[in-house]
Amino acid sequence: MSRSLAIHLGLLALLLAGNFVLPAYHHGNMARIMTLAVYAVGYNIAFGYTGLLSLGHAMFFAAGMYGMGLAIRLGEAGALPALASGLAAGAVLSVVVGLLALRTAGVAFMIVTLMFSQACFLAILYFSEWTRGDEGFVIQAADRVLFGLDLSDPGNRYVAAWALFSVVFLGALWLVNRPMGRVFIAIRENEERARLLGYDTFRMKLAALVISGTVSAAGGAAYGLLFGYAGASFAGVQYSIFPLLWVLLGGAGTVLGPLLGTLFMFYLIDLSSGFTEAYMLIAGVVLVALTLFAPQGIAGELRRRVWKALP
Amino acid sequence: MTAPILSTRGLSRSFHGLQAVADVDFDLPPNQIRALIGPNGAGKTTFVSMLIGRIPASAGTIRFDGAEITDLPAHARVARGMAYTFQITSVFSRLTAHENVALAARRRLGAARGAVDEAVMDALSRTGLAGRAGDMAADLSYGHQRLLEIAMGLAQKPRLMILDEPTQGLAETEIASFKRLIRDLAAETTILLIEHNMSVVMELADRITVLNFGQVLAEGTPAQIHANAEVQAAYLGTGVSDA
Repeated sequence: MSRSLAIHLGLLALLLAGNFVLPAYHHGNMARIMTLAVYAVGYNIAFGYTGLLSLGHAMFFAAGMYGMGLAIRLGEAGALPALASGLAAGAVLSVVVGLLALRTAGVAFMIVTLMFSQACFLAILYFSEWTRGDEGFVIQAADRVLFGLDLSDPGNRYVAAWALFSVVFLGALWLVNRPMGRVFIAIRENEERARLLGYDTFRMKLAALVISGTVSAAGGAAYGLLFGYAGASFAGVQYSIFPLLWVLLGGAGTVLGPLLGTLFMFYLIDLSSGFTEAYMLIAGVVLVALTLFAPQGIAGELRRRVWKALP
Repeated sequence: MTAPILSTRGLSRSFHGLQAVADVDFDLPPNQIRALIGPNGAGKTTFVSMLIGRIPASAGTIRFDGAEITDLPAHARVARGMAYTFQITSVFSRLTAHENVALAARRRLGAARGAVDEAVMDALSRTGLAGRAGDMAADLSYGHQRLLEIAMGLAQKPRLMILDEPTQGLAETEIASFKRLIRDLAAETTILLIEHNMSVVMELADRITVLNFGQVLAEGTPAQIHANAEVQAAYLGTGVSDA
């Protein structure tokens, strides 16, 4: 077993151990963090590895959440088909958005993704008859049973979040070591050169965006199912910025980064809000400091200082 | 005469009314080393950029290996066996030399890790970079980055290799080994070389095409070109030999 695989599996073992040792409050937080980290892993594939700076990933997160939630609410689907419906919604949306948005690059790509995402957000509000708009809707505990496990139970919820995170985390590790993942990195580093090595960079970027969007949708679908709620705020601009911050803090273009960044930012806000109501000020200052002194994020600094081969 | 591997007819490109390349008919037989020379601004880079598909042609056609490729995107041309090395070094600077070349080899060899490694080490040792495989491309000297560009070209095993000023910035000793490398390569591929260093051109090229103001001014063997009065005039009377 390679050293890299050992480190990543070790982290997963540590997270699983958390299920048995963490006090109730942190236990609940960690379940939430792992679910959000799935979203961050998805974002990192587009942004960190392929260099596609999207400002609209909330639409994929929300596509998963509503694809899942509406299947239960309107289609009376079971949890498993509902999850599949969430994934499909994310995949279809990312193909459509990718085909259009990838005709642009750089700043234009940021703006186009932001606009698509806003359109999705407004669509959720507009079709409030089905989505219940701003208010959102609760997913009843009775509908949140997967393989006979009641996901409203904290222990089950933790393990389910862990299982999904593990699949996505190891999948990302596998992907970035595959030839396809290497081409993603090549596109991030120098797209023109990659094209002149004979790679169809448009198709590769589309592939990256669809994988990214689908994983993000998995995060959204799981979040709705595990925590029993779907709401329009998850499609807002804020939820497009979050994964960018998580990935930047944790280390863009590293497999560990998304989890570290999500964990760090979650507790940064959690702890600072214990001191003061101006907690966003503390969070802001820390973010600025990290950006100044560790511009490659936590895992990026590890790679720079400790181990260059960190994937 | 064998059928040319590459030919253009009436190939033209204008930028906002300025005719950079005008009506060029060009034939390149297989396994030839052809040099493309001309004063600055003669349209050399524009011409090869159209060949590889970095910029579209305004008019004319390009045929490669018996098929028309004028409308193919760059990556499809590379897939058919063309390779291009950049005039301005364009390597993946934050990746290792090994990974740079592996990216070039993998499109051809896919996920077969052993075969890719073999092709990479072969290309690196032919360019004298074997000892640098683990270095980041950005940490290599400028000359080594130029050689890395060529190694990336080699790893693609192209049937036509377009080298845009490959010796620019190389030391004399590096140029000597570059010449040896290109002579070796001529057995297995066709080479189109844009070059300013006349000693390289005169020693390596089987034939030379001279571009001036976007048009073919002359074409012939090095000796013919050397003696050509029009070519000497185009180089402002400096004489080709001591350029």
